[in-house]
Amino acid sequence: MNGIIDLGFYQVAAAYIFVIIVLAIIRHRGISREKEIVIASFRMTLQLVLVGYILVYVFDNPNPFITAAIVIVMEAFAIYTIFSKFRGGLSTGLKKVIALATGAGTVLCLLFFLFVIVRVNPWYNPQYFIPIAGMLIGNSMTAVSLAVKSLTDGMTTRKQMVEEALVLGATPQMATRDILNSTFDSAIMPTINSMIGMGIVFLPGMMTGQILAGAAPTTAIAYQIAIMLGILGAVALTVIFTLQMGYRTFFNKEDQLVGETGIKNL
Amino acid sequence: MIALNPVIHNRSKPGKFSMSEAAGFEFIQVKYLHILDIPSLAIRPGVVTSLLGPSGSGKTSLLRLLNKMASPTSGRIYYNGADLAGIRPVEHRRRVVMMSQTPVIFEGSVRDNLTAGLRFQQKEIPGEDILRNVCGQVRLAQPLDSPSAILSGGEKQRLALGRILLLDPDVYLLDEPASGLDDETADCILDMLVEKTRSQNKTLVMVTHSKAIARRISDNLIHIARGRAASGAAG
Repeated sequence: MNGIIDLGFYQVAAAYIFVIIVLAIIRHRGISREKEIVIASFRMTLQLVLVGYILVYVFDNPNPFITAAIVIVMEAFAIYTIFSKFRGGLSTGLKKVIALATGAGTVLCLLFFLFVIVRVNPWYNPQYFIPIAGMLIGNSMTAVSLAVKSLTDGMTTRKQMVEEALVLGATPQMATRDILNSTFDSAIMPTINSMIGMGIVFLPGMMTGQILAGAAPTTAIAYQIAIMLGILGAVALTVIFTLQMGYRTFFNKEDQLVGETGIKNL
Repeated sequence: MIALNPVIHNRSKPGKFSMSEAAGFEFIQVKYLHILDIPSLAIRPGVVTSLLGPSGSGKTSLLRLLNKMASPTSGRIYYNGADLAGIRPVEHRRRVVMMSQTPVIFEGSVRDNLTAGLRFQQKEIPGEDILRNVCGQVRLAQPLDSPSAILSGGEKQRLALGRILLLDPDVYLLDEPASGLDDETADCILDMLVEKTRSQNKTLVMVTHSKAIARRISDNLIHIARGRAASGAAG
């Protein structure tokens, strides 16, 4: 395989022409999103540059505490990002469930992936630990956000249906079963769709990165298959944990719906 | 607000009730939010009780307290002598079933809706004959497999009534069961419910706006005004 072509400062800077083109288009069309696009481009650049330097240091000085600390920061940021999407709308109970489900689901899958599938050595090898944790946590974060949105919407719009089921003698789990099933479906569907289109509609980022870095396509594909299955597992697990624990937060101990939408005042 | 001391004059039928004095529902110093304030109230078993009062007086809230869909802010409610607070809510709702004023009809067929409560309560689904018989009792002529979405408002109400009849609970709590029905159908269905209540020693508690209906079929009347309840004799 040929070695990777290094991108110099001016080559990377040239890529910003895309941002300028987008800014020109939206200004021409009168869409007021210039500020967000500029901020997003700047943040992305700054964050990646900083992460690049941090990873260089971490990879050169492997340490179990630093690896664990980075994973904890990733988890915390993912959980904070989910909360921030529902600013002011989530109950304390549901927030606890989201934190617990996201943490437990991703860590379980991460440990299985690293110790059973990849069998990393040493166990805290940051070169494997950190990027794989990033992929599992990132995808799970998106899925949990979708799940929480669908769950809170469902509990609001179908509140009467849930109440009717309760008065007929249903347990809260029975009364919310349809909502939980459709929520699981909508949260996991993007992952399934991306698996279906993979290799045909698009080449996934991890595989592309490995190939660009000089890895054999077959090795890159093996990793991609494993990581996609790992993502599927992490997404399914975090969403199931969120739903199985989350629906209870809409009810009090008397199995009555709480609050107007069930998501506040717990 | 005028505090009413409940005067209870049941139109009881001698020898009809074998349950203890503590049976039925008893309210002691019950308050529910700013909606209800009931120092004392008894709803006896085996009789038909109507809740009367203007809109917003707390009739539906009272029904929800009986079904444990709501809990008192303070005070105690006893059911058959046991404090409701100590009874498992789902277990209680399976014995004390409520039909709301605008019952929700689930997606699916008439059959799916009729048997919804049985499925929630994990009871055996009866055969066609029993389902058709219940449809007859509530005067629902639609075939069992027709989609529930095509039913009119009155038909949906009758379907919901059939749904709770199949559950065969100890207590029926009905919120304006006749509101969507024409007079003849309402009379027929209410008479059937009253007959079932009396012959099977059930309890029927019904919210109604109609004093005429309440007086015609009830053994007990409870008047609720501005959150206060007072019992009185029917008729």
